[in-house]
Amino acid sequence: MIITTNLSKKYSGNEVLNISNLEIPKGQSFGLVGNNGAGKTTYFSLLLDLIKPTTGTIKNNDVLVSQSEDWKPFTSAFIDESFLIGYLTPEEYFYFIGDLRGQNKQDVDNLVSQFEDFFHGEILGQKKYLRDLSKGNQKKAGIVAALIGNPEVIILDEPFANLDPTTQIRLKEIIKDLAEKKGVTVLVSSHDLLHVTDVCERIVVLEKGQVIKDIQTSEATLKELEAHFAGTVSPV
Amino acid sequence: MITKFLSLEWKSFIRSSNFGKGLAIKILMAFFAVYFLLVFLSLGVFIYPTLKKAFPDNDPFVMVNTLLFFWFLGDLMLRFFLQKLPVMSVKPLLTLPIKRSRVVNYVLGKSALSFFNFLPLFAIVPFSVVLITKDYEVTKVITWLVAMVILTLISNFLNFIIESFSAETEFSFLPIILFAGTLFGLNHFNIVNFSQLLSSAMLAITNNPLYLIVLLIILIGLYLFNHKVLIKKLYLDNSLKTKIKEVSTSDLGWTKRFGEVAPFMQLDLKLIWRNKRPRSAVFILVIGLLYGLFFYPQPMYRDMPIMYGFIGVFVTGIFLINFGQFIPAWDSGYYKMLMSQNIKYEQYLKSKYTLMMLSVIIMFVLSIPYVYFGWKILVAHFAAAIYNIGVNTYVIMLGGSFNRKKIDLNQRAAFNYQGTGAVQWLIGIPLLLVPLAIFGALTYYVNFYSGVSALILLGIIGIVFHQKLMQLITKKYLNSKYEMIKAFNQDN
Repeated sequence: MIITTNLSKKYSGNEVLNISNLEIPKGQSFGLVGNNGAGKTTYFSLLLDLIKPTTGTIKNNDVLVSQSEDWKPFTSAFIDESFLIGYLTPEEYFYFIGDLRGQNKQDVDNLVSQFEDFFHGEILGQKKYLRDLSKGNQKKAGIVAALIGNPEVIILDEPFANLDPTTQIRLKEIIKDLAEKKGVTVLVSSHDLLHVTDVCERIVVLEKGQVIKDIQTSEATLKELEAHFAGTVSPV
Repeated sequence: MITKFLSLEWKSFIRSSNFGKGLAIKILMAFFAVYFLLVFLSLGVFIYPTLKKAFPDNDPFVMVNTLLFFWFLGDLMLRFFLQKLPVMSVKPLLTLPIKRSRVVNYVLGKSALSFFNFLPLFAIVPFSVVLITKDYEVTKVITWLVAMVILTLISNFLNFIIESFSAETEFSFLPIILFAGTLFGLNHFNIVNFSQLLSSAMLAITNNPLYLIVLLIILIGLYLFNHKVLIKKLYLDNSLKTKIKEVSTSDLGWTKRFGEVAPFMQLDLKLIWRNKRPRSAVFILVIGLLYGLFFYPQPMYRDMPIMYGFIGVFVTGIFLINFGQFIPAWDSGYYKMLMSQNIKYEQYLKSKYTLMMLSVIIMFVLSIPYVYFGWKILVAHFAAAIYNIGVNTYVIMLGGSFNRKKIDLNQRAAFNYQGTGAVQWLIGIPLLLVPLAIFGALTYYVNFYSGVSALILLGIIGIVFHQKLMQLITKKYLNSKYEMIKAFNQDN
């Protein structure tokens, strides 16, 4: 589904990302872990064509991301709060995203109603603008908005941060469900090793922009990752 | 400590992303500054001989003092629109071991060094020198000079108090207009003769320097009041606790008739209505509409058809200028999201175009009553409206593709009083000057109708080539996509 080739990004001579080859098949739940500055958000931004690659390409379902915009209809993302429109209510925001993705009000209502549990009664019908919601609730709204319009690729940057424990557990179920039952390719980054190993079939460790581990998740994965990050102080 | 603050200030200036572009504008601003300095300088030098010549029986010094009231009001108005409280991002400083009162003192102290406080000196000092050469008593002149400096500082701090009140009201221009209008009105209708009052006060001070203390007390009082207001705002919860109103929503179904553009139109309308800053652009409409009343009632201007075109472009285009100059910065807060969504950029821009076009039509319809002052005015306004739709909308959108400055819609009043600085007013100039030049030249050298036809013709050409022009503009925006995302991602 997503094929990355010779991708690199330099900021004034300083290389922050260099991935020679990375293939993510359709329907995989893919986890990206790494310390701060490892290049996770850079990679996601490149996937969304928000920054320009220095070299190399990303192909999303055979569409060259930096050349064509045809990947947009089947790709959705929630990177940070700047994806929200602060002066809309959550409902209006969902309808707006729905409009952009060719969904009518009924479609959006149907989808959103599945997540009432996840929202915990704090999002819908509150008569509040998104900017007046707490950080955690903003995140919930943003994540659900990324699910509107049956995307085939969903990119979530640090989705677990700022969420309360109950919501974290529910989010894990949602992500698993998307990949297993609906064949959606889900890309998740996180600092929380436990959550990623719970959710993702495959985990890639980035360090200083390089892929240094590519693991199919198993019982032993969490231990392996913990050992890796505990000893990661010394350069590889 | 002060040097630390200053170095922070300097860094935020040279490290901000719009530094390069800011520099070009700053140079332009510098030209304006020099221009004003020269104007004030010549005012200071020549006002004495001019008054002496015009009114040989009166003492020019006394006459100048009677005019001080209007000087003071003008100064205050000018400051309100152009001078901003020196903003420093104080939030990070709050948890550091720096006394709040010190931060406030710094912010206020810095404001005293503003250009607006030095400008009057260029008129006051030469005038004083002239007075001395005309054998006025030196001590008196110096006392007067000191009094003027204090008066300037008083209007400096008075302005910030007015600004802090206007930040809390819906219509930010109301307090200053009420304040200045009331003073002017009371004076004009001789209910309280402020100009005479101020004049005798100044004369009393020059006769007895001890009265300077009164002015000083006023100044200190204003400073302390500012200090009090600001120190209250230095708490985070001050901006957090603002009560959250229940939101009423409407689905704006009527926009559906605009087809594919509808979602963006709805978004833009909500943007304007629900955020303080764009909402004030709507309030300017009222001012814009009344703008013609400054000119048309005076026979001098009514017999000058050249003015019709200019006023027409301004009146019908006021929303276009105020809203358009911040495209696409209005959406800077969520620009990344828009860019990763399945949108057609052309539709996004078309929504802005439609909005501006509608505003021009509405403004034209509302300005029809000006026909009372002569039907030529109506004709000129019509031509100007067509020109605005067909040319200025594109010009301002094209200008927007150079926009690299984020607008924080969510920001609550705290320190962000005005938002509109001198820079934004400057951008309006090319939009107004070009049609003025075309219309003016043709009207002057040929006749009124050729000027009108030229404007209409240009407008129609623009409307005919709408598709082509929109594609061109869209391309410009797409080309600067990465730069815009990067700039809008930065906070300063």
